[in-house]
Amino acid sequence: MENKNETPLKKVCIICAKGSIEDVYATLVMGNGAVMEGIETKLFFTFFGLDAITKKQMNKLHTATVGNPAMRMPGGLPFPSILGMLPGVEAGVSAMMMKEMDKLDIPPVDEFLDMITAGGGEIYACKLAMDMFKLEKEHLSEHVKDVLTIGDFYGMCGGENTQIIFT
Amino acid sequence: MATKNIAGVNLDVTEEGYMNDSSQWTKEVAAGIAKEEGLELTDKHYELIEFIRNKVKSGEGLTIRSIGKSGIVDIKAFYQLFPGAPLKKATKISGVPKPASCI
Repeated sequence: MENKNETPLKKVCIICAKGSIEDVYATLVMGNGAVMEGIETKLFFTFFGLDAITKKQMNKLHTATVGNPAMRMPGGLPFPSILGMLPGVEAGVSAMMMKEMDKLDIPPVDEFLDMITAGGGEIYACKLAMDMFKLEKEHLSEHVKDVLTIGDFYGMCGGENTQIIFT
Repeated sequence: MATKNIAGVNLDVTEEGYMNDSSQWTKEVAAGIAKEEGLELTDKHYELIEFIRNKVKSGEGLTIRSIGKSGIVDIKAFYQLFPGAPLKKATKISGVPKPASCI
């Protein structure tokens, strides 16, 4: 497995711009995974991704039941888009997904942020998107270290063996 | 497959240094592996090691989250006890297989 020509990853910077369960959790799992490996980790939330660090929204994320071709019924049958339009269906499906994830010990968003910051990972919010959505720092989780411009964030992403990942 | 002599025991280990035979584990072996990782074990470490060994023995998945809920340490303290890659280091010292967990 070990390749002598490779040097280990030192830092990952992950940008999350979307607010669905799968987009946010991709960011959180990769971020926490990096922290667990002792890799320096910085997460930057922007646009709809801000929902993941907004106190009011973070534990109410949904997954899209309309326009999501990978959506299936439990058991694997196709999920008709028209069903996804019915009131309550998206909430129900999302709640079910969260329940299934909990069985695998995947925590809710707020607890996930706790875990990441407990291990030294850092969480940032995008200033431009905050202005756009009329959000203030006090609306955000206390785990958010700072509100940054993208330039500030790039400034933190230097150094050898650093990767920027966009989810 | 490799062997490694620690605390007078010829340990059967994987290439990455995880013990293949959990029954070879003793407190002295743990201290020896920890020393290789640059760690001096305290009572708190041993308490956690016992928790990890029991958890693995019972066949349950081991995650950082479950350690945070162990009642022994919170996650922050876990990272302080085993700096760097805590779950990997802790399992290596506990003489259990490398964790197959992403959480």
